[in-house]
Amino acid sequence: MDDGPRIGVWVCECGGNIGGVVDVEEVVERFRGYVAEVSKETFLCSKPAIDGIRDAVIKQGLEGVILACCTPKMHLETFMRSLEEAGLNRAYIEVVNIREQCSWVHMADPAGATQKTIDLIRGAVERVRCSTPLEPLRMKVIPEVLVIGGGVAGITASLRLAEFGMKVHLVEKRPSIGGHMIQFPKVFPTLDCSQCILTPKMASVSKNPNINLITYAEVSEISGVPGDYTVKVTLKPRGVDLEKCTGCGECSPVCPVEVPNEYDESLGSRKAIYVPFPQSVPPAYTVDFGSCILCGKCLEVCAPDAIILDDRPKEIELRVGAIIIATGYELYDPMNLSNYGYGKYPNVVTGLEMERILDVNGPGMGQLLVPKTQRPIKSVGYILCAGSRDPENGKPYCSKVCCLYALKQAQMLRDRGVEVWLHYIDIRAPGRRYEEFYRATQEKGAMFVKGKVTEVLPYSEKLLVRGEDMMLNIMVENLYDLVVLCPPLVTSDDTLKLAKGLRVPVDEDGFILERHPKLDPLATKRDGVFAAGVVTGPKDIQTTTSEAEGAAMKAVNFLSKERLIEPNKAVIYASLCDGCGACIEVCPESAITLRDGRAQINELLCSGCGACIPSCPKEAMDQQGLSESQLKAQIRGILEPSEAEIKIIAFVEGEVAYTAVDLAGLARIGYPSSFRIIPLPSMSRLKLSHILYAFALGADGVMLLEAPEHEGPYGRAHAISEKRAEEYRLELEDHGIDSVRLWFSRIYIPDWRKLERVFKVFHSTIEGEGPLDPETRAFLRNRLGLT
Amino acid sequence: MSLRLAYYPGCTLKTNARNYEASAIASSKALGIELVELPRWNCCGTVHALAKDDVMHYIAPVRNLIRVEQLKNSGLVDDGRLVTLCEMCYNTLKRADVTVKEDQERRRKLREVMEEEPPYSGGGVEVIHLLQLIREVGWERVKKRLVRPLRGLRVAPYYGCLLLRPRGIGIDDANNPTIFERLIESLGAEVVEIPFKAKCCGSYQTVHMGHVASELSYRILRQAVEGGADVITLACPLCEYNLGERQGEIRGLFPDLKYIPVLYFTQLMALAFGLEDSVGLEMNNPDPRPLLRRKGFP
Ligand SMILES: Cc1cc2nc3c(=O)[nH]c(=O)nc-3n(C[C@H](O)[C@H](O)[C@H](O)COP(=O)(O)OP(=O)(O)OC[C@H]3O[C@@H](n4cnc5c(N)ncnc54)[C@H](O)[C@@H]3O)c2cc1C
Ligand code: SF4
Repeated sequence: MDDGPRIGVWVCECGGNIGGVVDVEEVVERFRGYVAEVSKETFLCSKPAIDGIRDAVIKQGLEGVILACCTPKMHLETFMRSLEEAGLNRAYIEVVNIREQCSWVHMADPAGATQKTIDLIRGAVERVRCSTPLEPLRMKVIPEVLVIGGGVAGITASLRLAEFGMKVHLVEKRPSIGGHMIQFPKVFPTLDCSQCILTPKMASVSKNPNINLITYAEVSEISGVPGDYTVKVTLKPRGVDLEKCTGCGECSPVCPVEVPNEYDESLGSRKAIYVPFPQSVPPAYTVDFGSCILCGKCLEVCAPDAIILDDRPKEIELRVGAIIIATGYELYDPMNLSNYGYGKYPNVVTGLEMERILDVNGPGMGQLLVPKTQRPIKSVGYILCAGSRDPENGKPYCSKVCCLYALKQAQMLRDRGVEVWLHYIDIRAPGRRYEEFYRATQEKGAMFVKGKVTEVLPYSEKLLVRGEDMMLNIMVENLYDLVVLCPPLVTSDDTLKLAKGLRVPVDEDGFILERHPKLDPLATKRDGVFAAGVVTGPKDIQTTTSEAEGAAMKAVNFLSKERLIEPNKAVIYASLCDGCGACIEVCPESAITLRDGRAQINELLCSGCGACIPSCPKEAMDQQGLSESQLKAQIRGILEPSEAEIKIIAFVEGEVAYTAVDLAGLARIGYPSSFRIIPLPSMSRLKLSHILYAFALGADGVMLLEAPEHEGPYGRAHAISEKRAEEYRLELEDHGIDSVRLWFSRIYIPDWRKLERVFKVFHSTIEGEGPLDPETRAFLRNRLGLT
Repeated sequence: MSLRLAYYPGCTLKTNARNYEASAIASSKALGIELVELPRWNCCGTVHALAKDDVMHYIAPVRNLIRVEQLKNSGLVDDGRLVTLCEMCYNTLKRADVTVKEDQERRRKLREVMEEEPPYSGGGVEVIHLLQLIREVGWERVKKRLVRPLRGLRVAPYYGCLLLRPRGIGIDDANNPTIFERLIESLGAEVVEIPFKAKCCGSYQTVHMGHVASELSYRILRQAVEGGADVITLACPLCEYNLGERQGEIRGLFPDLKYIPVLYFTQLMALAFGLEDSVGLEMNNPDPRPLLRRKGFP
């Protein structure tokens, strides 16, 4: 017996599920004397059985436990928990899958199944003998959240977090929070007053002691790791002391400079010292140094002495554990749609401008007048999908809210007796109460023309809209006083810049990419970074708010406990590293940097894919929990003493491909018993030497089953492996091994049926080739220094 | 030294639109451009567009393009550009050149049926319209040549459809063209913009569906009159036929329409450059001379 750790082996019969095929008695006999303790159980997962193992561990002072039973996806966690309580370290617990991988798939070959069971258990025993204890990395998280963007998404998320007791830093680039929603007089589908429902929330933000509101500021730099980010925020010079300003408004009237007001979509004007709108939060004024002429008139009237005309930008630093991106959207520039005449004719406006025209506190006090010319508006034509669903001239996607806000505006106009026509492609009004809202608009007498508008032309003081009417199959030409374009909601340059700084990927349209579009839509691809609102794609306020609530709770959840991080990280033996940087290029997570001429791994960024390890020409890298010696011991344990005729090692990606193999077992698909499976995080963990080692020790074939690049948990690592496999094939030829003995396939979960064929084809290929000839094996053993 | 360039007249320029050709040649010369008529030119091919035979549609224009290459090689012109006047010719020749360049299969077919000609693979000749050339020469040069600026004349430019479409071969932004406007301003006249300045005049529909062309042309004419224009200017003999020659007929259908003379842009140039002999106003219908005389032009 070995003098390594004292190991116990338990073999489960799983009723007859395993015992009916595998000769469990025989297996137990084989290990008697080989390990400190070996026995069988009818149901290893039963409570008495688990308690029994625990007792044995304690009484016999076992240091390692091998459980041969069903797939580890079933009970590994349960086993781990109780054995850890008994004082075992998780690095010394192994589950060997002899049900899905043996008894269920080799029913017609009980002898083969039994031999394979013995081999697999031996592999696990050998592996555990080389284990070293693993301690999870513990990381203290900063219990504070940065929310970027103060639209309805950012406001809602901040309030929810604050309510929970979490400290929030809300950064908004404009002088006031409110976002687009505060620009609307009314909101669909209820037609309630937008400002009436949002203003109280904005006020709560400013009063909440848990919220640090930072307006007129932008995030300039983000560093650190999930759970502990350092964020630099640049405060634009505001020219007004937020503490001192009472918002009395004496300054604005004396200011001689008048410029367009962004809040009114530049239809109205403001002074160089201004609040964008009366209920701004914070209520303090702002000096727009882009237009201020520094005349100093405002200084004279400011009683509290709050104005600072030589203000400079400032930088502050925050430390937060999580980040919520809520930077919303912009409208696509309608100048790009030259056939619609925006920018050329004053009576062509965007939907957003129309919101301001309709607002009783808007630039025209809600009077229906054409901007600039001030002609009365008696008829309005809407052009929907003005650049949406139009890959050639705009964006390919549907902007989702335009149909509904056009219906909303149409109702408001109809209520005031204005003639309204909507030129649409399809009216998209799914969603609670939206179809009803559409019908109500029809009942109010708005006219609908189905068909694309080809162009907008000036016609004396009016506009001539030419387009098709697909229902009547004619061209229509209508005259309107005002034309409203509904351009797509698009991502902003600010958002793209931010995403780059955070290393959060965006999709093909520049919206923040969800971690999973269906199952995890509020998380981004980065741990600890969440997103809510239109920043992930066009949506209405209702969905935006739900997302904001959800993102807030996800952030709370992320920060609620000390982060325990799996210790499955790559490690570098610094004394061997010469700083060549090969690993840096490979790492999909950019977790490796060069410091003092040596590679260094950031454990918090490393995902544990293992792709870097084979890239190191100095063999200076290894992985915790899956060390070189563990891996080799397992290969040796499986192969060397085995009596099987043909032996194939199948390295299988541990999540997707492994589950497919399990499913094949569940379906009792039969395949040859020559395959022995070793799971790996990704095939890119594999070195050429592992493959050579397997051949040297008795393998006749090696199979790699990799996850598809976009389905596997390790992203690019799953792509790298295919190229490596190609190189390994060439190398095998150089070593006198026919490259057909190395197989590479990608398997995704629904593909499990395909496995039967894959296994059978490879087995018969190897059978055809015959066992690897002894000379080659001897040569390999020699080269690898094996006796 | 003037710039010598190959020039493609096309059929109408030698018959109904002789005034277009004469004024174009004369005013180009005034701007330092010598238009060298392409030897042995044939139909541009547009008539064949009306037939089903797709190959014929390319043989005709491509043969003309081959002539340009030959002319260029003989050294009688300064470069490989081909100047056109008629919009239809411009469009047909330009499109053929682009298609032949991009479509390998079509190129192969053409080679087969044109084995006696040297091969042409597209892109060797640059088909341009005279308006483009003037823009390139520069509005300043135009202004310098003015002998009698057209002060007080209100001109509605009409682009028609073929100068601007399809996308990719148009000489200006199809939705927002300005080239005509700049020329009119440079000649000292006033621009009257009409909504339908780039809408179809009815084109060949005039042959067998006269009423369609009449309706389309009527709207253009009415807009010009309502906009207060004295004359319409254009660049295409077929447009001129629909808007000018047929104005009497259109008035029969729409009696409210007032007469409005229609001139080629080159005639306005010749007038402004003081080239009376080449203006050829006697060929225009309705006759613009009474109006011009009223406005103080001889
Ligand atoms: C014309 C129109 C009418 C609409 N009407 C309705 C309606 O009636 N009902 C409805 O449900 N939906 C409506 N919508 C949709 C609605 O606007 C959105 O659902 C909602 O505004 C999304 O909120 P948000 O917070 O995600 O984005 P936004 O409202 O765009 O807010 C984003 C905020 O982030 C700030 N910001 C951006 N970049 C940065 C940065 N780098 N740093 C700091 N701050 C930044 C912005 O200044 C802004 O305050 C309408 C949309 C349009 C275009
Ligand atoms: S390659 Fe993989 S294992 Fe290596 S440092 Fe990067 S994430 Fe970690």
